Amino acid sequence: MSTPAKWEAVIGLEVHVQLLTQTKMFCGCTNHYGDAPTSHVCPVCLGLPGSLPVPNEEAIRLTLLTGLMLGCTLAPVARFDRKNYFYPDMPKNYQISQYDDPLCAGGQVPLDPFLFPKEIQDTAEAKAGRAIRLTRIHLEEDVAKSFHFEDRSGIDFNRAGTPLMEIVSEADLRTPGEAFSFLGSLRQVLLAGHVSHADMEKGQMRCDVNVSVRPISQKEFGTKVELKNLNSTSGVRRALTYEIARQIAACEKGEAIAHETRRWDDEAGATFTMRTKEKAHDYRYFPDPDLLPVRTDQGLLEAARARLPELPTVLQARLIQAFGVTAYQASVLGADRVLCAYFEKAAAQAKSKATVANWILNDFLSTQPDPATTPILPEFFGELADLVADGTINSAQAKKVFAELMANPASPREIVKRLGLAQISDASALGAYCDEAIAANPRSVEDYRAGKTNAINALKGFVMKKSQGKANPLQVDEILKAKLSA
Amino acid sequence: MSLAYETIATLRRRILSKEIHPRDILKDLFTQIDAREKTLHAYTYLNRESALADAEKADLSLPLGGIPIALKDNLNALGDPCTCASKILEGYKAPYDATAVSLLRQAGSILLGRTNMDEFAMGSSTENSALGLTRNPWDSTRIPGGSSGGSAAAVAGRIALAALGSDTGGSIRQPAALCGCVGLKPTYGRISRYGLVAFASSLDQIGPLTRTVEDSALLLSVLAGHDPRDNTTDLRPPEKFLTQKNGSVQGLRVGLPKEYFLPGMDSETESAIRSAADWFKKNGATLVDVSLPHTPTAIAVYYILATAEASANLARFDGVRYGRRATDARDVLDLYHRTRSEGFGAEVKRRIILGTFVLSQGYADAYYRQAQKVRALLRQDFEKAFTQCDLLLTPTSPEPAFPLGERTQDPLKMYLADVFTISTNLAGNGAISLPCGFTKSNLPIGLQLIGPRFGEETILRAAHAFEQAHEFFQRLPPS
Repeated sequence: MSTPAKWEAVIGLEVHVQLLTQTKMFCGCTNHYGDAPTSHVCPVCLGLPGSLPVPNEEAIRLTLLTGLMLGCTLAPVARFDRKNYFYPDMPKNYQISQYDDPLCAGGQVPLDPFLFPKEIQDTAEAKAGRAIRLTRIHLEEDVAKSFHFEDRSGIDFNRAGTPLMEIVSEADLRTPGEAFSFLGSLRQVLLAGHVSHADMEKGQMRCDVNVSVRPISQKEFGTKVELKNLNSTSGVRRALTYEIARQIAACEKGEAIAHETRRWDDEAGATFTMRTKEKAHDYRYFPDPDLLPVRTDQGLLEAARARLPELPTVLQARLIQAFGVTAYQASVLGADRVLCAYFEKAAAQAKSKATVANWILNDFLSTQPDPATTPILPEFFGELADLVADGTINSAQAKKVFAELMANPASPREIVKRLGLAQISDASALGAYCDEAIAANPRSVEDYRAGKTNAINALKGFVMKKSQGKANPLQVDEILKAKLSA
Repeated sequence: MSLAYETIATLRRRILSKEIHPRDILKDLFTQIDAREKTLHAYTYLNRESALADAEKADLSLPLGGIPIALKDNLNALGDPCTCASKILEGYKAPYDATAVSLLRQAGSILLGRTNMDEFAMGSSTENSALGLTRNPWDSTRIPGGSSGGSAAAVAGRIALAALGSDTGGSIRQPAALCGCVGLKPTYGRISRYGLVAFASSLDQIGPLTRTVEDSALLLSVLAGHDPRDNTTDLRPPEKFLTQKNGSVQGLRVGLPKEYFLPGMDSETESAIRSAADWFKKNGATLVDVSLPHTPTAIAVYYILATAEASANLARFDGVRYGRRATDARDVLDLYHRTRSEGFGAEVKRRIILGTFVLSQGYADAYYRQAQKVRALLRQDFEKAFTQCDLLLTPTSPEPAFPLGERTQDPLKMYLADVFTISTNLAGNGAISLPCGFTKSNLPIGLQLIGPRFGEETILRAAHAFEQAHEFFQRLPPS
């Protein structure tokens, strides 16, 4: 699992992201999956002779928005190029992509410590707060989808020509955990901007990994291996863990690492040679003469800027600062903008905002609510927290109120009334209970006075029982202590 | 006289005055086709029935109402074949209309048939067609020029009133010159390329081949304009061309680029061009000596850039989705190899290989990128020249039509046929070719007038004035 101290891994990611556009990248066909095969097609996305591409401006805006969110340098003029290779799922046998002049260059993805795998969130690796530099972000068209049957193959062209954004990282990543967090942190940014649903398991985000190992003090990179067929963030992590161990073992045996593409087999839990890269592919990139250079400074950039959302890192900092939530809670809230909005509404007027966060993130979330449609108004949580804070109910009572709130949604004040839960804070009433407790438990009184301070709990329990749990426990504690030391 | 001999402008007047009906035009054209097509082989496909049906329902009030027009076989017209004169598109039926075709339909015209061409528009003689030779109407032992040779032969041979062609390096103008008709290559971006099967996307332009300059202007007026389906079309609003025809060239500055008048050029061509220049001078134009210094590089630049683009444009013909598919392929790679080996002709293969080479790693800098730089210089040549003059006057072709078979084994010599036309495609300018004389053996000679970008109005006015002052356009090829 952990890399032996002598070696370190060098990892770079190429992430393909499907964009949330109505139509395809270069034609007006619907950008939608799951419909009848080859039902969203036209001469352009089928690559019929004579058809011509026209760029989808929304896809360009979404790519620029991603660039803005990730701190990239945005090109004033970008170009589309043709990437030439033959494959049956590619209708023109060239893919329109970007090579020399991509829309975005540079930028970075800050790794969210809480988006590392759970069991290593407490390690130095997760807490290092690294930001992974990006090389570039460019826009291209996706290919069709092949299906292989027993005696033939079929192609569904619905995906052909849909917009695909490629985000390329620098070889800055060092561990499988970092790669895991990179993908999660990137996804949060993409979700914030409504750029993509970015769900790897649905193919909305796809990832190729380049990985090599080197002795820890060495500057030069080792021979890199490309990993494919990674269909989840945990798959990426497992594949990297396996592959790094494989490479280190080979290096320690003095074997050379082959420059190759390997396929991750999730069931076998291992990578296998797919193809060697001795014959490097020559894609013969050249500017696509069918497409004019894209001037981003003529409205496109402005439109993207107008859609800039609050970024995950900014949002988390604000939640910590304004609501007193923990960094972990901020990360959880930041990852779900609907829940976050719900929380902010709940906490807005509450006296103890951190308590509101606890209620929502621990108790409420465990009931798997849909914050967008739940009949439980966010204000109820603010009220519940206030009821505890002002001593109207104690925390045990609050649990009851919460349970009732889930069962029969209503204002917590109503529920307190309905269940007759209001806490007794009246000193004389409490004094009477305490006197009764002291009188009924001489043994405990004796023990307490003899120095066994724990014995006071039995007295408190007596008071709570007598008062049906309504006594204010803090006041009871004070009154008992005063009476016992008198 | 047979209506097949009339111009579109005349026929439109006679249709509007109800003197004739479009079915009469078709009848005369079909009579003429029956007599001459066997020799000329200008067509790859004729829409006899559908043309007759369309003639009955044509909206005669439209600008081209009831006018039959032929299409080069690389323009998609819904339901018709679109072979590009290649075996690889055998049996292919176009599933959509090119923008230019749909504009013709909207203007009321009737699609008459599809004309022969060099395979995928690669050639200068139409001898590269997989569907047979086309012959020059003036001398059936000679080539009609190319690649729009079928369109030019049909118009000149009076078996079409007008035809659309495409011009990547001279493919409208050179056959127009060699067949004695009018061929216009508009400015790049003037007419939508959507639906034109691409040869070299940054050079291709659709244009009309007609009997007269007036007809050329009529068609351009219908075809020109921005198309949301073609990112490279210009955004300027639609124009109507040659609405005023005063026949004057008074005050026009006509540039004679010295690089287009070379020692050793065909003497009959040279003297016809010189006489044309003299006519302009006599009629009040000023002749200006200009230079386009990068002209000698044009052919090399063209054959790098055009083939590079073609190598990608023609990659889609793989037998997977449409057109010819090789049988008995072992696997996908074998399917590609066989389909393309069997489907493409020698010249197309030559250009795909050349284009693949100039884009290859290690060579792209020396060839493709270097050629792009020189192309920019060629463009500057024209920009500079047009600060000194309004039009350039040159020969269209260095010589008249050459004999069939003379150059099929010598591609380099064949490439030289476009030496005077290629630069305008590289620069993007518009240019026209119109008849300016005949050789002693009665072969037409073409005059080329090149305008500044989007200067079609200037080109058409000057060409119209020259044409109407001469009788060349009225001469008929031997029948």
